[in-house]
Amino acid sequence: MTVTTENLGSPDIEALPERDSLIVRCWNLVRRQPLGAAGLLFIAIMTVMAFGAEVLTSINPEEQMFEHMLEAPSWEFLLGTDNFGRDIWTRIIYGARTAMLVGFFAAFFGSVIGLMLGVGSAYFGGKIDLIFQRVMDIFLAFPSIIMALAVVSVLGTGLQNVIIAIMLPMIPQCARVVRSSALSIREIPYVDAARALGYSHGRIILRHMSPNVMAPFLIMFTSFVGQAILAEASLSYLGLGVQEPIPAWGLMLQGGAEEYAESAPWAAVFPGLAITFAVFAFNLFGDAVRDVLDPKLRSR
Amino acid sequence: MSVDADAGSAESGLSDEVLLTVRNLRKYFPVTEGMMIKRTVAEVKAVDGVSFEVHRGETLGLVGESGCGKSTTGRCILRLDPPSSGEILFGGVDMANLSRAELNKMRERIQVIFQDPYSSLNPRMKVGDIIGEPMKVHGLLPDADKRRERVAELLHVCGLNPAMADRYPHEMSGGQRQRVGIARALALQPEFIICDEAVSALDVSIQAQVINLLEDLREQFNLTYLFIAHDLSVVRHLCHRVAVMYLGKIVELAPADQVFDNPLHPYTQALLAAVPVPDPEIESARAHQTVKGEVPSPINPPSGCVFHPRCPKAVDGCSMSVPELRELEPGHWVACSEA
Repeated sequence: MTVTTENLGSPDIEALPERDSLIVRCWNLVRRQPLGAAGLLFIAIMTVMAFGAEVLTSINPEEQMFEHMLEAPSWEFLLGTDNFGRDIWTRIIYGARTAMLVGFFAAFFGSVIGLMLGVGSAYFGGKIDLIFQRVMDIFLAFPSIIMALAVVSVLGTGLQNVIIAIMLPMIPQCARVVRSSALSIREIPYVDAARALGYSHGRIILRHMSPNVMAPFLIMFTSFVGQAILAEASLSYLGLGVQEPIPAWGLMLQGGAEEYAESAPWAAVFPGLAITFAVFAFNLFGDAVRDVLDPKLRSR
Repeated sequence: MSVDADAGSAESGLSDEVLLTVRNLRKYFPVTEGMMIKRTVAEVKAVDGVSFEVHRGETLGLVGESGCGKSTTGRCILRLDPPSSGEILFGGVDMANLSRAELNKMRERIQVIFQDPYSSLNPRMKVGDIIGEPMKVHGLLPDADKRRERVAELLHVCGLNPAMADRYPHEMSGGQRQRVGIARALALQPEFIICDEAVSALDVSIQAQVINLLEDLREQFNLTYLFIAHDLSVVRHLCHRVAVMYLGKIVELAPADQVFDNPLHPYTQALLAAVPVPDPEIESARAHQTVKGEVPSPINPPSGCVFHPRCPKAVDGCSMSVPELRELEPGHWVACSEA
């Protein structure tokens, strides 16, 4: 069979309009999603802090300056010092590194595994779906911090185990939300078309169904980063997360910060604010990402 | 003797080679109750004993009202739904016995064009990827540059600007999207295409363009179509033979002109009488013979002839025995004991 390049009578051939440039699209984002842009700005600041910690401060975060214990904020120590004489500004910057590391890895693995399981469950349907959802119900029955505590007490503390502990409860949450979207997508004719074209199950799940549940997935993912940062802070605060002397925001709220909360509030307030802003920023950004990435909403 | 006989070939000089044989196809959907332990309480008889043949190069129209099982028949042939019973032979090969790999190979030969151009294209993929992916998956053109050329050719053949390959489906109109759907179906160079209401969702002006495109493609690529539709004028224009379905059964199967000029089954007669005449004076003067009642539920279809409760010509015997398809004229098959 040969294909001739004869055009079979159609008026559809026409000039295509130009697309907007990147700068215009960025400006549109700020104009349409001011809160999301603010969230993105804070995430950018956190990223810079995490990557450029050595440049942003010259003080060693673990250095204990006993002559400067519990000093109020000053030009020398921007946000004051804690009860061991460690600079809080420095520790917040290095703490961003820990927070981003745990936040991103836990949220990434948790939501991606959840995405695969959720879409797969919806795609195969029937008994597989039924059994799988009951297993997810069992996992969802645990409050996530309790489950994380259980995992850490089994595996032990440390950065890697903290990531696993925070990731595990996220899998069923993401799988559940993604599955409900995937169930409706499974009935859309392009999935039938993909089956009629003889694509493998894996290809249909990964290339045809998963990209179409991106909207709920991205909201889950970005809010998971926020949740993971919060969970890491909680675990560290309870002494089951990152261990001293590694700088982590949750750790900074513990110990001396509690003891001297009235006489030296800066030791607790600033790490607390860092946690709050981080979680808030990721949630706002998540909402904005959903609105922008949905192609049906894009051209409005 | 087979149902199609020699009518198709005698009528239009088409090949005698039978490409697709459907024998006694049944598709029952279970109606279940219970949360964990499902009990089947009833069955929806969507397709109930359908048999027909499609010759190479022929276009067979499958018409009927909503819910009569015409789309389900198409889905069973495509194996999107497994048939409950019956045989589907494509090029002499029984589709039921194929392994997954063999079935995928078979899918290169049978393709489908869907009704709704808005939901049949993956909104996250560019047009070029939508059309190129089947060739990549089936290893027809492993080289990305050649594939891109071929996509441009297919777009051009289907009347689209090859630059459209970089667009997303939501950036196109309904007619353009349907052309993309057609280009995707052509990507594997199939012999047989099932057009499942392929023009129903389009504007009338666009419909005409797409129908002309389908006709041109049929000649250019020697395609065979199963054209599922409810628009009778479109079917008359495009099809060589027409099968009329009612409640999961074929009631009449004949060359298109015979179905339209000399319908023998009371249901076909009623269906054609319902087509309005595009002249207000003739239309208002015309004596309307409408079918009484509603389409019965396919869960519990009437006994005997499924059409008998609504049939103007029904006699007592109609509720007793199921009428078989009989060849009343050469190539003209009717399932009615009174016709």
